Amino acid sequence: MMQYAALIPFFPLVGFILIGLLNKKLPKSAAAIFACGMLLISFGLSLYVFMNISRQAQELQLAPWINVGSFSASFNFLLDPLSSIFLMIITGVGFLIHIYSIGYMHDDDKHNIFFAYLNLFVFFMLILVLGSSYLLMFVGWEGVGLSSYLLIGFWFKNNSYNNAAKKAFIMNRIGDLGFLLGIILLFITFGSSDYLTIFPKAQGFMGGDPMITTITLLLFVGAMGKSAQIPLYTWLPDAMAGPTPVSALIHAATMVTAGIYMVARSGILYALAPVSMYVVALVGVVTAVFAATIALTQNDIKKVLAYSTVSQLGYMFLGLGVGAFSSSVFHVMTHAFFKALLFLGAGSVIHGLAGEQDIRNMGGLRKKLPVTFITFLLATLAISGIPPFSGFFSKDEILAHAFASNKLFWALGVIGSMMTAFYMFRLLFLTFYGTYRGNGKVHAHESPKVMTIPLVILAILSTIGGLVGIPASLGGTSQISKFLDPVFKPAEAKMMLSEGSSSISEIGLMSITVVLVIASISLAWYFYISRKRVPSPEGTKLPVLTNLSYHKYYVDEIYNALITKPLDKISEFFKDIVDNKLIDGIVNASGKVTEWLSGLMRFVQTGNVDFYLLAMVIGIACIIFFKLM
Amino acid sequence: MNQAIHTIPLDWYILLSSILFCIGVMGVLFRRNAIIIFMSVELMLNAVNLLLVAFSAYHNDAAGQVFVFFTMAVAAAEIAVGLAILVVVYRNTKSTDIDVLNRLKG
Repeated sequence: MMQYAALIPFFPLVGFILIGLLNKKLPKSAAAIFACGMLLISFGLSLYVFMNISRQAQELQLAPWINVGSFSASFNFLLDPLSSIFLMIITGVGFLIHIYSIGYMHDDDKHNIFFAYLNLFVFFMLILVLGSSYLLMFVGWEGVGLSSYLLIGFWFKNNSYNNAAKKAFIMNRIGDLGFLLGIILLFITFGSSDYLTIFPKAQGFMGGDPMITTITLLLFVGAMGKSAQIPLYTWLPDAMAGPTPVSALIHAATMVTAGIYMVARSGILYALAPVSMYVVALVGVVTAVFAATIALTQNDIKKVLAYSTVSQLGYMFLGLGVGAFSSSVFHVMTHAFFKALLFLGAGSVIHGLAGEQDIRNMGGLRKKLPVTFITFLLATLAISGIPPFSGFFSKDEILAHAFASNKLFWALGVIGSMMTAFYMFRLLFLTFYGTYRGNGKVHAHESPKVMTIPLVILAILSTIGGLVGIPASLGGTSQISKFLDPVFKPAEAKMMLSEGSSSISEIGLMSITVVLVIASISLAWYFYISRKRVPSPEGTKLPVLTNLSYHKYYVDEIYNALITKPLDKISEFFKDIVDNKLIDGIVNASGKVTEWLSGLMRFVQTGNVDFYLLAMVIGIACIIFFKLM
Repeated sequence: MNQAIHTIPLDWYILLSSILFCIGVMGVLFRRNAIIIFMSVELMLNAVNLLLVAFSAYHNDAAGQVFVFFTMAVAAAEIAVGLAILVVVYRNTKSTDIDVLNRLKG
């Protein structure tokens, strides 16, 4: 029965091919229902797999794939608790977002092709998490990059959207290069890219082995690109150019967590490389705080959520870096719930306001969009880490592990979560409280049922989703880490973590975080409800720090000046000098020389028969003369 | 063997053939008229034929004479084609002067 798991990615692929080929010939409703149906079947199968997963990793041998010389790779799937959790997130959240898209994309010209792309994305994402080797993961990895590109540039008539799509693709490519080099090094070191070959062999390596460190750092470069970590994060906020369901599905809930999945999957390798672990944690925590400071001042509802995603991904890497693999995966899950919900809620607001995205032009929507408001509030509570919402458990588990490994990381993490609470409540207050500040002509309305039902389901999940991971210190059993235990046990054994803090101090840490978070929520309340502050309109002079944050620390401009401009200059140099002058010069010169030589030779071709005869006779005479000599 | 031939030494045949051949070459090189050039070519061919026959007789080997027959056959064919070309040239240029045929100048 478990073999049927191999069909999980198959259904979205069928959906993509059929809808993509028929496209306009298919009525909108048929395409939408078909796409959703394919995902529902996949979800059903994933649920079955999830329920019946064995603690032992199980490999599904599907087909031989590449067989050249000593190199061979097969197309196999690996089923274990880690991949089954990701299956559930991808197909479950993916299905809800498909349903939501029926409403959101209803009036779009390219409605059908949108669903085809969504199905394609889900297909590649499933390949990514199901593949049983790094090579197959790479296939999925590139595939989701492609679908992400297609969907960011979905409204390609707008040139800035196109540029955003290209930016995402190119930045990801930089990371992919690292990933690819990592895979090649894995091949050289272990002679294979199969997890089940590499991981047992890795057990025999010493901790701190330079080869393993290099490999893990290279793999992490790939993760930086895909999961938008410093310095490769700038594509993600721009990726919000895509339709909002895409932002929810790809750029918040699933694709960007591929980097987390990859590092978690390679846990045993990272456990052998303390340096890489430290780098992962450092990059994670710095990104978490850095992105949060940017989110504090953004005025585009989707941009705030985008930077918040970057920041939350930073937390996940922090968790991985301090060895809390299962906490990170737990946070991936809860984040998928509440961030998808936040994006879909934002989409519902945008839909209700006919395309308005600037929170300065919103306000007072609480009454007009009641369902959106309540679900958005729940998600905000969840992401801020208020108990007992899901984000509380996952984030605090990461912070507790961070505390055990490095106090500075913990302190930064807490500062980041305070900022998270502040910018999320700022967003909530500015959008739903106060009075409406926008264009009076727009009639704000609640979204149709097909959009609100996914919101409600995700809200329920965001609220109770954390209950699967209640830590022992709060009297829970932390089922999720038990569930994932067989996957991460070898890695955790290698690290020999000092067995965390006592439950008393863990409760203490939690209460510190919660108190600080509530304080920053009160601060947001004070600013945006009591004082009725509204962010200044475009063009006003801002205080230095606010200005820095508002302009995203000018990172885009810095990249532009440091990388894009010099590259442009170099390309221009190569075009003008090397290509036009040098290469063309060589080609033209060879032509010129031939012409000149033939110019000399044509004097021989007089066209005069006499001359030819004379030449012939002299020639023969010479031959005979020299022969006889 | 025919002793009459042997009364003349082989060197003389060679000398005669050489002279005939050279006359042919000179004719080809210095005359303009295509028909005369043709005739000079024939002269060269026959100079060689004479030499072949002479050697054949002195060495008692029939192969030389067989060669001569082949040469004659090929020469006849060549003349047929060559004269046909000349007729066409004459029709087009009203002349048999080979200097007219200089269109292939490079």
